[in-house]
Amino acid sequence: MAKNTNSTSYEFYKQKNKEEMKYQLITFALMIIFTLVSFGMVIAEYNPMFTIPVIILLACVQVGFQLYYFMHMSHKGHGLPALFLYSGVFVALLTVLAMVTIVWW
Amino acid sequence: MSSDQLQRLKPGQSPHEPEKATLEGKNKFLGFWFFLGGETVLFASLFGTYLALNGPESNTSGPGPAELFGLELVFIMTVILLTSSLTSVYAIYHMKNLDFGKMQLWLGITVALGLTFLGLEIYEFYEYVMHEDHTFTSDAFGSAFYALVGFHGGHVLFGLLWIVTLMVRNSKRGLNLYNAPKFYIASLYWHFIDVVWVFIFTVVYLMGKLGG
Amino acid sequence: MSTATAQKKGFGATLWDYLTTVDHKKIAILYLVAGGIFFLAGGLEAMLIRIQLAVPDNDFVSAGLYNQLITMHGTTMIFLAAMPLIFALMNIAVPLQIGARDVAFPFLNSLGFWLFFFGGVLLNVSWFTGGAPDAGWTAYAPLSTTSPGHGVDYYVMGLQISGAGTLIGGINFLVTIVNMRAPGMTYMRMPLFTWTAFVTSVLILFAFPALTVGLFLMMFDRMFGANFFDPQMGGNHVIWEHLFWIFGHPEVYILVLPIFGLFSDIISTFSKKRLFGYSAMVFAVVLIGFLGFMVWAHHMFTTGLGPVANSIFAIATMAIAVPTGIKIFNWIFTMWGGSIRMTTPMLWTVAFIPSFTLGGFGGVMLAAAAADYQYHDTYFVVAHFHYVIVGGVVFGVFAGLHYWWPKFFGTMLSEKLGKLAFWPFFIGFHLTFFIQHFLGLMGMPRRYWKFLPNQDLDLGNLVSTIGAFLMAIGAVIFLINVIVTSVKGEKVSGDPWDGRTLEWSIPSPPPFYNFTQTPLVRGLDPLWIEKRQGNGKMTPAEPLGDIHMPNNSFIPFVMSLGLFIAGFGFIYQVDDKNWLIVGIAGMLITLGSMFVRSVKDDLGYHIHKEDLEKGAGSE
Repeated sequence: MAKNTNSTSYEFYKQKNKEEMKYQLITFALMIIFTLVSFGMVIAEYNPMFTIPVIILLACVQVGFQLYYFMHMSHKGHGLPALFLYSGVFVALLTVLAMVTIVWW
Repeated sequence: MSSDQLQRLKPGQSPHEPEKATLEGKNKFLGFWFFLGGETVLFASLFGTYLALNGPESNTSGPGPAELFGLELVFIMTVILLTSSLTSVYAIYHMKNLDFGKMQLWLGITVALGLTFLGLEIYEFYEYVMHEDHTFTSDAFGSAFYALVGFHGGHVLFGLLWIVTLMVRNSKRGLNLYNAPKFYIASLYWHFIDVVWVFIFTVVYLMGKLGG
Repeated sequence: MSTATAQKKGFGATLWDYLTTVDHKKIAILYLVAGGIFFLAGGLEAMLIRIQLAVPDNDFVSAGLYNQLITMHGTTMIFLAAMPLIFALMNIAVPLQIGARDVAFPFLNSLGFWLFFFGGVLLNVSWFTGGAPDAGWTAYAPLSTTSPGHGVDYYVMGLQISGAGTLIGGINFLVTIVNMRAPGMTYMRMPLFTWTAFVTSVLILFAFPALTVGLFLMMFDRMFGANFFDPQMGGNHVIWEHLFWIFGHPEVYILVLPIFGLFSDIISTFSKKRLFGYSAMVFAVVLIGFLGFMVWAHHMFTTGLGPVANSIFAIATMAIAVPTGIKIFNWIFTMWGGSIRMTTPMLWTVAFIPSFTLGGFGGVMLAAAAADYQYHDTYFVVAHFHYVIVGGVVFGVFAGLHYWWPKFFGTMLSEKLGKLAFWPFFIGFHLTFFIQHFLGLMGMPRRYWKFLPNQDLDLGNLVSTIGAFLMAIGAVIFLINVIVTSVKGEKVSGDPWDGRTLEWSIPSPPPFYNFTQTPLVRGLDPLWIEKRQGNGKMTPAEPLGDIHMPNNSFIPFVMSLGLFIAGFGFIYQVDDKNWLIVGIAGMLITLGSMFVRSVKDDLGYHIHKEDLEKGAGSE
C-alpha cells in the first residue's frame, strides 16, 4: 500500500521534473543567444556607450536565469537563500560602486 | 535516523527531494546558500579592485586590455562553462529521479568540460606570460587581472576536485540520503562558478576589448 | 558516555576531549579561555603603552617597539579577544535560548574555533621571530607594504586564518537560528540575544569576505611581488582603505550588537519585566545592521573622497544614531517601574548605558565630516572608540560572563568580588578615556611614541595612565573571582537568577544533549510564561525518545594546524624559496583533512531512551 503511493508520487514528480527540464533547455538556449549577442556587439564595434550597458544588462539577465532555473531559486523554500543572496548583491554593488567612483588618481 | 541514511535509494522510491529530506541536508542546503551570499561579496571586492586598476594609469608595462585579449578563446571557454552548467543541471535532474547511474554520467561530462575550461585558461595565462609580457608582477593591471581571473580559476579547480571526490567515493554505494545533499551543494557551487564567469567575460574581456 | 567514566577522566583524556569536542558548550569554554588569554596579552600591551605615555619625553620603550605595541594591542583586542569572547557567549547561549540540542554544524563550529586559535597564535609568534607587525591595526598601505621584516606578514597570515574561522562560525549560527529552533519558537519570540547573534552573523557573512580579499592582495603585494598598492607600478593604496573599512565598519557592529542583545536580556531579567518595545528593538537591530554597511567611508573623510561622498557618508553615519537611540530609550523604559535587582550583571549593564551613550555622542561629532578634519587621527578618536568598545563590548562581556557563568561551569561567580571588580574598572575606564577627548582636541595625535613637556598634555596623560592602572586592578579582581569560584566549586541550580528564557529551564551546567525533551514554546520569555501561568516547567514538545548526537572529531584541529604551518611557509619563502615546500606541505595537510572529512561517513550516535531515563550524562 505504502509502496504504491510511493511509486505514484514518484511518477508524478518524475513527470514534473521532466517538464522542468524543458524549461532548463530553453534557458540554456537563451543564455547561449545572450552570449552570442554580447560578443557580437563587441565585435561589431558599436558605440561603447551603448554596448557596455547592454552587455551588462544581458549578463545580469543571464545570471538571473542561472539562479532561478539552474539553481532552482524559483522553487519554494528558497526565500531565505534569495534574501541572503540579494543582501550579498547589495553589499557587492556598494563595493563595486565605491571602487569605480571614489578611488582616484 | 542515522544509519538508514546510508540505505541506497533507487528509482521508484520517495522522497523526490533527497537533498532536503534530512535535517542535516536542510542545514547544508541553507548554509551553502548563505556561503554563496558571502562569496558574492568576495568576488565583488575582486571585481572592484580590477575595475579600479584596469585603466591606462595602472598599465605601466606591457599591453593593455584591448590589445591583449582575444575573443575567440574567451568565447569557446564561455560556451564550455555554460554547457557544463547545463550538464550539472542534468545530473541533479537524475538525482531527483533517484537515478544514480545517469547522475554519475552527467557529472562525469561536467568534470570533463570543467577540465577543458581549466586547460584553456592555463593556456591563456601561459601565452600572456610567455609572449605578451603580461604577468602578475609586471604592473597593477596584471596583478588585478590575475587575481580576479585566477581566483575564479582556483574555484573551478576546487569544484572539480570536490565533484570527483564525491563521484569516486560514492561510485559503489549509489545515492542515499547522506550523500544526496553533498551532490546537490556541489552542483550549486558549480553553477555559482558559472555566474561569476558570466560577469568576468562581460566585465573583463568584453569591456576590456571596448577599452572601457 | 556514562556518568561514571565522565567523572574519572584523567588530564590526558580531558585534553583529548577538548581537542576533539564538537559540543557547543565546550567550544564556548575554549573560546572563553583562548579569548581571555589574548585579552590579557592585549591588556598588557595597553599597560605598556600607558606607562610609556605617563610622563613627557619618556624612554620606557623604544619607538619601534611602541609601534609594535599599538599595532598588536588593537589587532589582538579586536580579532583575538573581543571576537572570541563574543563567540563564547553566543556558543553558550544561542542554542540553549532557542531550545536546540546543538548547533547546525557542530564540526564547523569546532573548525571555526581552531582556525581562530591558530591564526591568533601565528600572529603572536611574531613577537619571538624578529618583531611584531608595526603598521597599526588598520595596516594602511604603503606603510604596511613597505614595513621591513616579517611583522606585517604575520599580521596578514594570522588574520587570514582566524578570519576564515570567524566566517565559518557566522554561517553556523545563521543556520542554527533558522533551522534548529524548538517548536513554537517563532522569530518574534526569540530572546533579543539570539536576534542580535543572528544579525551579527549576517554582518560577519558579508563583511569578512572584503577583509579576506584585502588580506590576499596585501599578501600578494608583500610576499609575491604584486603591485596592488604600489603607485609607482600603477597600484592604488586607497583600495586597501576601502576594503579594510568595508569590513572594518561592520566589524564594530559585529562586536557590539550581541552585547546590545545581552543587555536587553539582562535588563529584562533583573527588572522582572518584559522587554519594553520588543519589536522596535528587533527592528532597530536589523536597521543598525543594514546601515552599518553604508558608512565605512567615514573612516576616510580626510583621504580626499570629495565633498559629495563625504556628505553622503556623514548623513548615513548620523542616521545610525536613530536606531541606537531607540535601543537606549527602550532599555531605560524597561527598567522604569520594574523591580530592579542590582546584581553584578545588572551593575555592568546600568554602567554601560551612560558610558556607551557618551561614546555615541563622540561618534556623532566625528560623523560631521567638516569637523572631522580637526579630530582625525587625534586622541579624540581614540577616546571615542574606546568609549564604545570598552564601555560597550568589555562591559558587556563582563556582564555576560557573570550572567551565564552557571551555564558555562555550573557555579556562580561571587557577587561581592564581582562588584569589587566593577568599581575600579568603571572609575578607571572613565579616568583613562574621558580626558583623552580633551587631549585630542588640544591636538595630541594618536599613535605617537612620545609627547613633549609643557604643552599642557602632561597632566591629562598622567591621569589617563592612572585610570589604566585602576582598570588593570579591576581585571585582576575579576581573575581572582574566577579562581576563588572554581576552587570553591559550589554547584548552583539551573535557574539562579530567576530567569525568563529557555536556558534557565535546564540544569547548570546543562547535560551535553541540552534538552532531554525539546521544549514547547508558548510565547516571548517562555520560561516566565510557564512560571506565571503553568507549573514553572517547560512543557515537552515531544515524547521521551532517542537523541541523536554528533561524533567528536580531531580533523578540525589538523585542518587548522595545516594552515598554521602553511602560514610560516608563505611568510619565509620571501627570504628563501625552499620555504615554499613548507607552505605547500601545510596546504596539503589541510586539503588532505578536508578530503578525509569528505569521504568518511560521520553519522553520529544515539543516546538511548533507557539511558536517558537513568539520567545518563546529567552530571
